[in-house]
Parts: sequence; C-alpha cells; structure tokens
Amino acid sequence: MFKIIKYVIVDILRSRIMLAYTFFLLAISLSIFNLEDSPAKGLLSMLNIILIVVPLVSLIFSTIYMYNSVEFIELLLSQPIRRSYLLLSVSAGLMLSLVIAFVVGAGIPVILMEGSSTAWIMTLTGIGLSAVFVSLAVLGSVITRDKAKGIGIAILMWIYFSLLYDGILLLIMFQLSDYPLDKAMIAFCSLNPVDLARILILLKLDISALMGYTGALYREFFGSSMGIGLSFSLMILWLVIPMAVASRIFRKKDL
Amino acid sequence: MIEARQVTKTFGKLKALNSVSISCAKGETVSLIGPNGSGKTTFIKCLLGMVLPDSGTITFNNTDISRNWDYRKDIGYMPQIGRYPDNMTIGQIFYMMLDLRKKKLSDTDTELVQAFGLEGMLKKRMRTLSGGTRQKVSASLAFLFHPQVLILDEPTAGLDPLSSEILKEKIRKEKEQGKLVLITSHILSDLDDLVTQVIYLQDGNLLFHKHLDQLRQDTGEVKLSRAIAAVMKSQRITNEEDELTNEKGLIR
Repeated sequence: MFKIIKYVIVDILRSRIMLAYTFFLLAISLSIFNLEDSPAKGLLSMLNIILIVVPLVSLIFSTIYMYNSVEFIELLLSQPIRRSYLLLSVSAGLMLSLVIAFVVGAGIPVILMEGSSTAWIMTLTGIGLSAVFVSLAVLGSVITRDKAKGIGIAILMWIYFSLLYDGILLLIMFQLSDYPLDKAMIAFCSLNPVDLARILILLKLDISALMGYTGALYREFFGSSMGIGLSFSLMILWLVIPMAVASRIFRKKDL
Repeated sequence: MIEARQVTKTFGKLKALNSVSISCAKGETVSLIGPNGSGKTTFIKCLLGMVLPDSGTITFNNTDISRNWDYRKDIGYMPQIGRYPDNMTIGQIFYMMLDLRKKKLSDTDTELVQAFGLEGMLKKRMRTLSGGTRQKVSASLAFLFHPQVLILDEPTAGLDPLSSEILKEKIRKEKEQGKLVLITSHILSDLDDLVTQVIYLQDGNLLFHKHLDQLRQDTGEVKLSRAIAAVMKSQRITNEEDELTNEKGLIR
C-alpha cells in the first residue's frame, strides 16, 4: 500500500500545478509579512487567504487528479490489491502532496517570520483543511463517473463550505435574534471545517475581545483546551467520515 | 478451477448476464464467443472482481471471490483496450507491478517482453505509444508473473501479423504447461488451433459450452469460424421464427 502512495506523491509533486500552488502561497506569505508592519495583521490577512485558497485548491486539484487517474486505478484493480487500500493509498498520496505544498509555501514562512503559537496553529489548521478537503474531493469523484459533474460537485462543495454556510448562519442569527442562540451557534460552527479553522486561529489572535459577548462565549468554549481538543477531533471526523463513505461506495462500484 | 453459478448482472435496463453458469478446469483452453453485446467482457470483469454481480457466486479454486482479492495473483489479465497512465513509461509500469507484488525481475516471465522488442522501449511514455504497442505491453503484463490462469480479452486485435503469431505461440506454450486459458475473440481463425472448448453467449444467456470436436460434429464444419457462423445463422433463423410466431399471435 505504501508503494502506491509513493508513486502517487512522485507523480503529483512532478506536476507543474503543485509547484505553482507552492510558489503562489510562498509569494503571498512573503509579500504579506513584508508589507504589514504588525505581524498580527499579517497573520490575519494570511488567515483569510488560507481559508479561501486552501479548500479551493485541495478540492479542485484532487478531483481532477482522481478523474485523470481512472486508468491507473483500473490497471491496478486487476492485480491482487484490496480495493479499499487502493483508494486509501491514492487519497493519502494526494493529502500528503497538498500538505507538503502548503507547509513549504505558507507554513514554514509564517513560522519563520512570526514564530508565535498562532503561527503554529495556523499551520496545523492549514494542514487539517488541506486533508479534509481532499477527503471531500475523493468522495465527490467516487460518486459520479462523469468528470464534468465531478468538478461541478467540487466547486459546489467549496461554495457551500466557504461562502454559503456562513451566509445561512448569519441569516438565521438575524431572523431569530430574539432567541438565545449562542450555544446553537457554537454547534453550527462546529459543523463546518472552515469555520472551525477560522475560530481556532482568531481566538489565538486575541481578536475575540473585539467580538464582544459572542467572542467571550467562544473563548470560553473554544479557547479552553477542551475546546481546542474538540475542534481538532471534529476536523479529524471531517477527514475520516467522507473517506469511509467514499471507500464503501468504491468497494461496490462497477468498473 | 473457475466456477460461476447463476451469475446475473443488470446495468440499468440492460440484462448483461442472465443466470450464467460456467465451469472451467485446469489445462483447458476455452474460447468465449458471442455477438457484440452478448456479455463476454462483463463476464470476464465479474471473474476479475471489477464488476460485482447482482446475484450468483463465482469461485476460484473453491474460494468465493466476492470477499477476496488475493486470488488475482494467480490470474493474468489482458484487457481489450489497455488503459495506462499517460505519463508513465513502459519501464516504470513494469517496475511498479514488480514492486506491488514484491517480486524480483528474475522471478518473472519476460519472454514476451523480449519477443515483442519492448526492452528497447522502456523509456517511452505510454502516451506516445501506438495502440498495437500498448496491446503488447498488456500482453506482456498478463504473462509476467507465471499465472495459473490467463484471461485474454481480444488478445490479437490490433496486433500486427508477426506479433499475433508470437502471442499465439506463447499461448500454446502456456497451454502445454497445463494452464487454464480463457480467450474472447472475434478473430476465430486465430483460435482454431488453440482452443479445446467453446462457450457461446448471446444476449447475456449461455447458449452452449461444448468441446470443440462436439461443436464440429454438431454443425458439420471443421473450421471454427464456419462452425460458429452456422450457429449464429441458426440462431438468427430461430429468432426470426420466434418473431413471426409472436406477430401471428398478435394479429390473431
């Protein structure tokens, strides 16, 4: 199984798009920190870029790679290999490659230039987001055989998680502003990996003080070590559950 | 060795295989013949676990293949259209296969690789190869690990006459070593001196599974192509008679 991971990683890291992604992240991190006087502001800008770019690139690249690998997967299926191992290996290869690209492009520069615990949390959440969205992309590509539909699903997933979800939450908050929704809001935020990442980093940045009562509540819940532990466990769930569903679908699929 | 019992598979509205039961033993060379769309490739894919039947069981050496994948190490498969990653070279594909099975080059059967002249092309990317050369790679991979069973889907289609003969000679050699060979082909003249048994599928149904001599007796033809043509002709006549009877029934 590890041999397949090795082949996949070599294949991906050779791709020019991965190189471009790494350089793009590198360029952004370097320019942000050189332009901003306060590193905290720099981190905040980095945060927004990461929260939008990382899920998008993970989703789209992984979906395209999965569809381009249909031949590779078919070739290996006539060999004595377990189907679930095959899917897991290709997915693991994808995750590792995207994580490496992120760490080299954004993680290491941020840690070198800022070095606080926030930078570490940002790197960790960036790694988590990369992996989670690869997992979602694999699920999407296993569901439909049509490449165009698959890419469409990936884009819809990105729109949902990055943009739509928060919009719906805000709508609910305003409509039901008379009710005490704080605990419910916390629960809803936990259901979106992007929001989880955002909250984790924002808390570290102490900006929560500006968020007023909600900020205090979040700090109380998410800022505690139990909260952080819970957030990371939720991220892991977001990684594991789509993979498990994808694996089950793939096992029963006709090829 | 391979036992398929009442295998049924439906794709949407199309019944690709209708309760097909086939049994193949070691040392036989079986040809799987039938008109286009009769279910030959679907059946082969079921044997390989690439398509999962809706019902029925398939056993390989008495183990049920539906929960198993290890049995595939004893099967060499040559697909009808070999699909390979564009950017891999021939050499990389061979080494990857070796790597996956944890075998060394010395353990493998590279006779076809040498006979087809693939050694000189190890650095060529799959994308740049012609269809026939890809077929040669597929053929070499099928025989590479000394499998007990060979499943060849249209093996000579796309091969030039010399390569076709090389492949047939190799199949003959494996046959003499007592391997089970399952071949689908429309080029029946190629199969004439190779096969011992004939399985005929039509519209997902198994019409017959006969020894070649029995088929020759039944149709009165010696050449396989003529014998099968006779079978297909009588099938068409039967179908037309059925249609006429149905029409008469409707009119009445």
